[in-house]
Amino acid sequence: MAVYFQKREVVVPGQLLAEGRYRASYGTYYESDKVYSSLVGLAELRGNTVKVVALEGAYIPKEGDLVIGIITMVAGNNWKLDIGGPYGASLHANNALRRPYADDISEYMDIGDVISAEVQAFDRVSGPFLTMKGRGLQVLEGGMILEVSPAKIPRIIGRRGSMINMINDLLRIDSMVGQNGRIWIKADDVEIVRLAIKAFKTIEEQAHTSNLTDRINTMLTEEMNKIRGSKTTQSSDTKPKSTVEDEAVAEGASSSETEDNTSDAEEDESELDIEVEIENIEDASDAEEDQDKTEEVNE
Amino acid sequence: MSPEIKPDFLISPEGLRVDGRRPDELRPIELKVGVLKQADGSASIRQGKTYIIAAVYGPRELHPRHLTLNDRAYLRVTYRMATFSVPDRKKPAPSRREKEISMVIANALGPALFLEEFPKAVIDVFVQVIQADGGTRCAAINAASLALADAGIPMRTLVPAVAVGKADGTLIVDLGDAEDKYGEGDIPMAILPQTEELTLLQQDGFFTKEELLECMQMGISSCKYIHELQKDALKRAYVRKAPEDGDDDDDDDFDDELEMDLGESELMEDE
Repeated sequence: MAVYFQKREVVVPGQLLAEGRYRASYGTYYESDKVYSSLVGLAELRGNTVKVVALEGAYIPKEGDLVIGIITMVAGNNWKLDIGGPYGASLHANNALRRPYADDISEYMDIGDVISAEVQAFDRVSGPFLTMKGRGLQVLEGGMILEVSPAKIPRIIGRRGSMINMINDLLRIDSMVGQNGRIWIKADDVEIVRLAIKAFKTIEEQAHTSNLTDRINTMLTEEMNKIRGSKTTQSSDTKPKSTVEDEAVAEGASSSETEDNTSDAEEDESELDIEVEIENIEDASDAEEDQDKTEEVNE
Repeated sequence: MSPEIKPDFLISPEGLRVDGRRPDELRPIELKVGVLKQADGSASIRQGKTYIIAAVYGPRELHPRHLTLNDRAYLRVTYRMATFSVPDRKKPAPSRREKEISMVIANALGPALFLEEFPKAVIDVFVQVIQADGGTRCAAINAASLALADAGIPMRTLVPAVAVGKADGTLIVDLGDAEDKYGEGDIPMAILPQTEELTLLQQDGFFTKEELLECMQMGISSCKYIHELQKDALKRAYVRKAPEDGDDDDDDDFDDELEMDLGESELMEDE
């Protein structure tokens, strides 16, 4: 009984991880009482289960995964979808439409449409089969798709959705993260989309560093202030919801930044900003209600 | 490069080889992981003057479909030499030799991979020889196994490979081009280091049984050394990719973050 790695150590394929009564889990294999790593990744021990968290890898479907797929073919009562990775998926009309439906199912969804769906079944012989019966599973209209490494998706979602919820709240965007490494982003404003992409890319790059949620939070708040700073001079309709307190804190953080790399006009503006902000909080809450309504409609 | 001339001796009176190495000495080896942006995994190797880049794509959908294997992934290795990789221009058309080496590399790497995890898919390995100076198939195996690991493909172990041989009656490891051409024989070999199982063993030239066994022992110990270099290169690439810029100090938080790294993949956000 011995363990031959430190917590979160980077291990390589073939490296001996543990000896004795340990259970081999994802990213490891078991051979004559010894557990070896089969991947490059971070080794982790939980109870007596040894696991290696992959740092790279293609998307391999798993039952219950939420994925974002692009329809590549309509075949009879099935849609064929590209969900990334080595396996193309199929979605049967019964799992997507309420009966009765028309003979030609391309009326409902056609080649090129982007959907969110759940993996219903997948094993070595058949599948993957998708279903759209479920909360939030729908055709995704408008917006864009960002592709990231599927291995980094857990980090983008965060513990119980902490990361993605934070990003959605701060930027007030609609987004959906598929386990297959695709992120659908919809926002009214190109600037915001760019910022969202920047955030996701940063997370992907720095996936195995600590305090990432906080750093992303700071980064986004700062950037949002900059965007809003330039916006308020022209119009003041797109406002992320945030409390006055947040504003003050963020302002303090960002001011040191702005002094360095922008003109001094910025400072005067940022003071103005706060006043406008307070007025706009009411607007923001209105907008929030609107959004709730649209969500209901979607369902 | 001027036209080649046969060296007067392959082993000098002092017992050193044409490039001044001892008989059991490897050429300097430089391994780099993640050299290509586009590929899913990549690695390069410099072994003396030999320079090779390996790129891995996949597992991905297999085309043409008729090659599909229903119980495992198809490992497709493509070994190519650049036209400028040798002194006389190499014709760009795929040669018989390239096809053979592609197959030999696939056979050497196959046993180390868990191909059965990706039935019907393909794992593409592209090996491009930029500069050839002997030992390209072994160098290619070294680089390709790193590229496979970089692509996140599950494998039992990295695969080190080296050529051993005989020149002027002396047994030598890691043959250079001149030793390969004018020596008495060479034996490229690849092993799975944990078990010392051979996944590649070819021979060219004549060896007595004793010579062969001694050669293989030399090869195995050289392979083990190369294996250490491979592990080191791989770890170096990933430790650098995971910079902990000073916020490493709070260990409690560290653990928290880790949890979230690991377990929560099944949780998806609810819109």
